[in-house]
Amino acid sequence: MKLYLKFDSNVGLKKIMQEQLEKLQIKHEYLGFAEIEIEDTISSAQLGQLSSSLSNYGMEIIENQKSILVQKIKDTIIEMVYSEEKLPVSNSAYISDRLKQRYDYISAVFSEVTYTSIENFILLQKTERAKQLIITNELTFSEIAYMLNYSSAAHFSSQFKSVTGITPTAFQRIINARRKNSKV
Amino acid sequence: MRPIHVLLADDDEDDRLFFTEAFEEIKIDTIIRTVNDGVELMNHLNQENIQIPNILFLDLNMPRKTGIDCLLEIKQLPHLQDMAIVIYSTSSSEKDIEDTFVQGANVYIKKPSDFNSLKKILEDVITINWQYQTSGLNRDNFMLSL
Repeated sequence: MKLYLKFDSNVGLKKIMQEQLEKLQIKHEYLGFAEIEIEDTISSAQLGQLSSSLSNYGMEIIENQKSILVQKIKDTIIEMVYSEEKLPVSNSAYISDRLKQRYDYISAVFSEVTYTSIENFILLQKTERAKQLIITNELTFSEIAYMLNYSSAAHFSSQFKSVTGITPTAFQRIINARRKNSKV
Repeated sequence: MRPIHVLLADDDEDDRLFFTEAFEEIKIDTIIRTVNDGVELMNHLNQENIQIPNILFLDLNMPRKTGIDCLLEIKQLPHLQDMAIVIYSTSSSEKDIEDTFVQGANVYIKKPSDFNSLKKILEDVITINWQYQTSGLNRDNFMLSL
């Protein structure tokens, strides 16, 4: 005998998502239609498991959302590092506030997409700005250290070296030598 | 994420194997191509229509054409300016290192003797280079010494 079904896809969707999230013991809040607020920290592994169980139902976690978030994080970091103001006391609080998301979530997504951590990325951007300032040949290392919120030129120099493997002085020497070569 | 195209120039077969195996174990996806010396390298890079590597690993000491000679030639070729150049050598003299940066190299690696150190170094290089590729950082200022 034939059976005819009528269904409410919203109810089905919500039920599937709730079941899968409960199976992984992920605390969550259903925000409506296809949006869920995850209340715990969720590791990349858990996200992977969730992704694959949802895919059994033809559902996919939109990866693009992650790329969008990562770009926002990068933009926030760049804005923070290049602002005229001194750098904030707590990078994580600043970023979390700006993006209105929990820092552990932001951090996990960032690492997953970029293969590096937010902390490393911030260091890279600070170093990038330091390089630009060094190249202008207009500031002393103490002045640069102050602008980038280092406690001293020595502290700045040591962090520069730990990121790049060379000292700011060597960097300046190399850039000047390159300039001289290209004029020849 | 699309894989990173790596080109490796080294005349030593064991080193080529060492590097290739290390790349296979790092978490970022890479496609490795190798050439056996400087002449082969420049012949390859001078062709039209090749897949331009994202990053070139260049042994400093090669017969027929040295790593430095290759570096100098590469810096003259406009179509290769986005390619990151990593020089590696057994030398750890600060002067040699600085000279290779002055000539335009982006990364200098002192050849490690064990596999795990090599893996860690390659992972760091590929990861940082990836940030340069994806975040609008100025490649001209990209310098890393490991």
